[in-house]
Parts: sequence; structure tokens; C-alpha cells
Amino acid sequence: MRRRTVGSAAALAALALTLTACGGSDEPAGGATSEETSAGGGESIRIGIKFDQPGLGFKDGDDFTGFDVDMARAIAEKLGYSEDQIEFVESPSAQRENLLQTGQVDMIFATYSITDARKETVAFAGPYFVAGQDLLVAADDDSISGPEDLEGKNLCSVTGSTSAQRIKDEYAAGTNLLEQPSYAECVTALTSGAVDAVTTDDIILAGLAAQPANEGKVKVVGNPFSEENYGVGLPQDNETCEDINTAITELIEDGTWQQILDDNVGASGYEANEELNPPTVEACA
Amino acid sequence: MDGTYLDQFVALFETFDVPAAFWVNIKLTFFAALLSLVLGTVLAVMRISPLPSLRWAGTTYVNVFRNTPLTIIIVFCVLGLWGQLGVTLAPDFNENFVRLAILGLAVYHAAFVCEALRSGVNTVPVGQAEAARAIGLGFLSTARLIILPQAFRGAVAPLGNTLIALTKNSTVAAAGSVAEASGLMRTMIEFRSDVVIAIFLTFALGFVLLVIPVGLLTTSLSRRLAVAR
Repeated sequence: MRRRTVGSAAALAALALTLTACGGSDEPAGGATSEETSAGGGESIRIGIKFDQPGLGFKDGDDFTGFDVDMARAIAEKLGYSEDQIEFVESPSAQRENLLQTGQVDMIFATYSITDARKETVAFAGPYFVAGQDLLVAADDDSISGPEDLEGKNLCSVTGSTSAQRIKDEYAAGTNLLEQPSYAECVTALTSGAVDAVTTDDIILAGLAAQPANEGKVKVVGNPFSEENYGVGLPQDNETCEDINTAITELIEDGTWQQILDDNVGASGYEANEELNPPTVEACA
Repeated sequence: MDGTYLDQFVALFETFDVPAAFWVNIKLTFFAALLSLVLGTVLAVMRISPLPSLRWAGTTYVNVFRNTPLTIIIVFCVLGLWGQLGVTLAPDFNENFVRLAILGLAVYHAAFVCEALRSGVNTVPVGQAEAARAIGLGFLSTARLIILPQAFRGAVAPLGNTLIALTKNSTVAAAGSVAEASGLMRTMIEFRSDVVIAIFLTFALGFVLLVIPVGLLTTSLSRRLAVAR
């Protein structure tokens, strides 16, 4: 329902733009980035996170937990914001670019892979983590050790995700793909035996496996077959990218990064791919 | 973001099969409309029947399904019927979800069809039923020969509204793993977030094109078929 509302609002806005002969302009509506420099000050900062990804970005009552959330807190602190100046905003995948362009959030930590198409509209700091696409299977299933073993099996992923598309393009021959609104439904289908595997980035799977309700029932295969560079999404006219990159490097060097990772997804036995992690930040464009 | 809007639309249509996705919505709508019309008519007859137990069952059905979110019904069809109970409606893996979605859509919209028909029944004067009884017709014959034909003609406009709602609600089938328009829209946003406005316009216009003819047709039909009294 909400998606339809946002869709029609965007369509109306687009129509208005075209009618006033401003079509083609990709200027964000109003320079709404509220923070000025790394000095921070009295202003608060709005950070977009996922609310439904346990272990990464999760809203638990009034609390926010997860790797993305704790990284966001640590980096906001380095930028000069105290805990009570942070306002977390839900940023579903489909709305991330829109939230940044319209200034509704100042930055996004939401398993946001850096891609060239996205760089057309938003900027990225980081990466602060390198994930890889992997599989989640039943704890007692030894028949699946990689995407090649999915021949003739049922696989679950989220509608419209890059992971679902990759499986379709590269491994789809003989794989039955179930697409669900979120990974919670996929894990339900997995634990009931309706599907044999769930696929997305390994750290997201680890977060799901680390949930008390799923502990001991599912496991991450641990054979990642892609590279997803999680970046901090920023508006294109930001002034904070360099400072965030510095902050990420500092957090990695002083061990905070590892601590945050272990605290949030360690319970599933998941260990980040050591060849790629901790990552080296890219220069800001 | 270089190029004109037109270039963006062309690029989108080249990369993604938009008409195929809309065709799935049309299929879902068509079959769900047929099924819900049948089910809804049965429910409407139950709700106006002289038997209290049938009336109670019809009312319960309408209140339960009208007040359950469609997404929950569709997700239940997949995770409950198929996932837990192993109900399979087609041998093909993907076609199975299409049929489960049609079932979910029909079960939900039957409640609305039933209420639309009941509003049509209200346009039939009580004297018609009394006259039917007077010449010795039973309840079913009265409903079939006297009440329903007039009720349908009086209910064209609300039935049209239900059909329009069904057309748009067919996007919820994405929650049941059906590759229809809203699912394709999510895929397109994921991969081409740089042309998001062109994507929204594509799907907004697509649904406008689907829905407006239905509205025009039912409006003109409701005028032409209305029983002059």
C-alpha cells in the first residue's frame, strides 16, 4: 500500500516537472543536507537503516540493533554527533536513492552495494564491509555446498533483488526460484522444507541464522560467489564523504570494526571473508 | 542522467519485458474475476436465502475475507497451502504460484462481489419476490429467474469498481512469487535506480491504460442495462 502511495507521489512529481518544462533536471529538491562539517554541533543527523534485517539493521521495539546500526553510530560519533543526535529512519531498498536525493536522510547504512548505476544518482563513502552472495540451508543438509548444487532444487530470494537475478542469469538452469517479499518469509519456507536454500549476501544470512528462533535449524554454506561492497550512501552534493572514509579507516585500525562484527553476527559462527575484509576504502569521487 | 526521457523509456523497454509482466496481471485479473464472480454469486444467494444457517455462513465469509489484508491471504496461499500443506495446483513450479495467487485473489474479491450483488438485490422491489412466490416459485427459482437477473443489471457499476480494484490488487501477487508488474518494477528499481521516475511513470501509465477502459465500459453498461422503473 505504501509502495503505491510513494509511486503515485513520485509520478505526480515527475508529471509536474515535465509540465513546467524542467524535465531532465536531476537536481535534488532543495539542498536539504542539514549537517555542515565534521564538527557536528547542535544539529541532529538522520541515518537511513533497514528495520527488518536482524544482525544488520533491525528495529526491536524502541531499540535499533545490528552491524549497520553500530557502524552508523560509531561513524556518527567520529563526525561529532552524540547518541541522542542520531535519528534512525527506515530506508527500504527501493526508496534509498529517493530518500537521499530529497534530503530526507543524511546518510544510509543499509547493506547498500556500491554500483555504477547507483553512482549516477547518489554518492558512496566506504566500502565498510565486503559481503558475498551465499546460501542458507537447513542445518542437517550436506548436499548443497555452492550454487552449482541447486540443480532441480527450490531456492528462495527477495523479489527484485540482485541475488535473485544473478541466480536466474548464471545458475538458473533447473533451479526453481521462489520470490518472497522479505527474507523472513524465505526462512519460514526453508524451515518448513518448502525450499532447499535461501540466497542473498552472506552477512544477511548470518544475521538470520543468528536469530534465537532459527538457531540450530539453519546454517550459512560459507562459499560466497560474488563481491558486494557495502558503502555509506550519501547525497551527491555531500561534504562528509572524506570524513566518513577517515572514520571507517580508524574504526578498522583500532579494532572497533571487528568488535562490532563479532557482537552482531558472531553467534551464527559466521566469519567474514578474510581475503576481502576488512576492506580498504575507495577515494571519494 | 544524460539523454531525454524518451531515451530512458526506450532503454527500459529494451532491457526489461514490461508487456509480458502486464500480461501476467491481465491473466491474473481475468481468471480471478471469473472465479470470484461465481463464488460471489453463490455467497450473495446464501446471504438472501431464507435459511438462517446459510445467511450466517455467507455473512461470516464476507466479514472474514473482506477484513483480512490481501497480502496475508496471498502469502498464506504460498507459505501455508503450498509450503506447509503441500497443495499444488499445477505441475509447473511457477504456474503453481500463478494459480495459488488467482485462488487468493478470487477468495478475497468474492466477498466484494457478494456485497456488490447484494446492493443490486436492493434495487429490486420487494413486490417482485412476492409476485414470484405468489405464482408458486421456490426460493432458488425466484433467485435465478426473478431476482438475480435484475440484481446484476443494477449492480454493474459496483461490480465494475470491484473489477478495477481487482486489476490493481493483482500486483499483490508479487508477494506470492508471481512475476507480474510490481515485481518487475522492484527489479527495475534495483538495477536502474538512476531512472526511477521513468520506471514509476511506466507502471502508473500501464495501470491507467488497463483500468480506464474498464471504468468507461461499466459506466456505459450500467446506464444501458439499468432496469427502468
